[in-house]
Amino acid sequence: MRSNLNFFSDEKFRSIFFQTLVIGLFALGIYFIVQTTAYNLEKRNIATGWRFLTDPAGFDISFSPFINFKSTDTHLDVYFVGVLNTLLVSVCGCIAATILGFLVGIIRLSSNWLLVRVAYIYVEFTRNVPLLLQIILWYSILIQLPRIKQALEFLDIFFISNRGIYSPRPVFENGFSYVFIAFILALISSYIIRRWAKKRQDETGKQFPVISTAFGMIIFVPLLLFFILGSPLSFDYPALKGFNFKGGMVIRPEFIAMFLALTIYTAAFISETVRSGILSVTKGQREASASLGLKKSWIMRLIIIPQALRVIVPPLTSQYLNLTKNSSLGIAVGYADLVHGFGGISLNQTGQAIECMVIVMATYLTISLTISVFMNIYNKSIQFKEK
Amino acid sequence: MKKLLSILAVSVFAFSANAGTLDDVKNRGFLKCGVTTGLAGFAAPDDSGEWAGLDADMCRAVAVAVFGDRSKVEFITTTGKSRFPTLASGEVDMLARNTTWTISRDVNLGFEFVGVNFYDGQGFMVPSALGVSSATELDGATVCIQTGTTTELNLADFFRLNGIGYEALPIETNDEGKENLFAGRCDVYTTDASGLSSTRAAASNPDKWVVLPEIISKEPLGPLVRHGDHQWGDVVRWSLNAMIIAEELGVSSENVDAQKSSNVPEVLRLLGVEGSYGEMLELAPDWAYQIIKQIGNYSESYEANVGPDTPLEIARGLNALWTQGGILYAPPFR
Repeated sequence: MRSNLNFFSDEKFRSIFFQTLVIGLFALGIYFIVQTTAYNLEKRNIATGWRFLTDPAGFDISFSPFINFKSTDTHLDVYFVGVLNTLLVSVCGCIAATILGFLVGIIRLSSNWLLVRVAYIYVEFTRNVPLLLQIILWYSILIQLPRIKQALEFLDIFFISNRGIYSPRPVFENGFSYVFIAFILALISSYIIRRWAKKRQDETGKQFPVISTAFGMIIFVPLLLFFILGSPLSFDYPALKGFNFKGGMVIRPEFIAMFLALTIYTAAFISETVRSGILSVTKGQREASASLGLKKSWIMRLIIIPQALRVIVPPLTSQYLNLTKNSSLGIAVGYADLVHGFGGISLNQTGQAIECMVIVMATYLTISLTISVFMNIYNKSIQFKEK
Repeated sequence: MKKLLSILAVSVFAFSANAGTLDDVKNRGFLKCGVTTGLAGFAAPDDSGEWAGLDADMCRAVAVAVFGDRSKVEFITTTGKSRFPTLASGEVDMLARNTTWTISRDVNLGFEFVGVNFYDGQGFMVPSALGVSSATELDGATVCIQTGTTTELNLADFFRLNGIGYEALPIETNDEGKENLFAGRCDVYTTDASGLSSTRAAASNPDKWVVLPEIISKEPLGPLVRHGDHQWGDVVRWSLNAMIIAEELGVSSENVDAQKSSNVPEVLRLLGVEGSYGEMLELAPDWAYQIIKQIGNYSESYEANVGPDTPLEIARGLNALWTQGGILYAPPFR
């Protein structure tokens, strides 16, 4: 008895003991949940398994810009369409929210009273109204746009109606791939020039007009090639035929509503992150660089932002994760994302709720972890390099 | 230890949750019935806030059978998507939610359809200004479609079969469908023909909408319960059958008291004067009498909720008795 007591007063033993106990209980809990679920599913004669994935879906999807989906395709195809749509709105949202967030964050630190007030109201309003309501608000506004037959038109090629924004679709003809290759090559060489110029500046102090050179290469080289090859690009224009516009490209109101709501909501949070990041750089830094005679824009770009980024990036990562996960609210307006298509319609038509939910959850987990990995790599690259 | 105990308690509870639904309902004191989020004529709150409609009557009939009281019902609204999980999890005791009886729902989802309370078929509704007279003219149209329904699958099949294209606009509830159709976000709304009549009746100007003649599917709508609890299934099945049989025998809420002294043996059996059919179902002897007295027979419920004199204006058609040119038919009461 006495020796037993001694064991417990040993800190190391105690911590191992309790950790094992907690893990054991956790595993037991999981075991019970799995067992109970399996038992109840069997008792209620609910079939389980993955075979439904290769069955034909039997329904159509409203929005599939990347895959030409037909109702004879399988539930697995529904899944891929959903993943792509989720990624589409998430990537577009993250990029736009970052730009808008940085802008608003910087505006809130400016000395223009009116701009600062407007930015303040924007941030406080959007941060404090549930995202779902904002999505529904945007959608309700968008479906009040003119009907398809009365679509607003611009230059006879753009049409705006409550079924979306129609625009010409570029059709790439023979030879356009060369222009594209030239564009990629120009991008790569600009990057190499930038590295070379930076190295030379570090060694000799001589500057090189990197931006104008790169600009010239990226724009003019492909453009020149484009005209030499005889403009291998034409456009497919939308035209009203029957019930809808035929041809061209369309951006659906469901997508626009999701994109606007996610961007505007998340940008409010990002702007606060950016503001706190910039404020975290001490005033002395600014004064010191000013006394070195640096230009104002240089101070921001070379002194303030690099230091602010160290504070900004970690919370920015979680904003990206939030935005991606929030895209699952697309179900409210019928945006055909992963949750709506595979986790909703497929689930409901097949009744394989647990299987579908496990797949959807694993997918979000994978997307989130991937974002985290890349953001962590980026975060490492901007941290202080201690010599 | 506490955690372990609670886990055990939870799992034991989950194991036993599947026991007799009839006993659960009796112990609870009221029936939990899953209905639509609002479909006039089938289940929707009326002017006084009371749930009314053909499906609502189905719920009430079961409540009357169990408790002898039409008010002992809690109506729980479900969407096309949430209805099955709600029933499977035991959140409701039964669904009377214009749900189509199909093999996969009956077999794979683990449910039991106990009968058909409305024979329906899928149709299309368009604005009359569109000038469309047949569904085959709908090439390229945008179609509002409730997700997770059989109509969604029929729609894809129909357009595929006719070699015409369409754009689907997925919606969750009938109200969302109405909103999108009236705003012109979609050209066509497709659902069961009865649902279209209901939606049309709710429009500010019903003449502006036409239901196209094509009926593209069989949609037998009926109440369903969880598979495996046969006693409860029997209660719901015979509550429905009692209403149909009552119409067949000419017993209505008005003459039911007089019919107690009828000389027709089946009427006497139905009203609990002869035999012990209530006992077999573990219900009161006069359970069917009470249903007819408090709810009425099938015809009364039909005429009051969806019939030609209501805004829905749906003729009996397939839903007439088998003796009157329809296919409504209940097994004998003996």
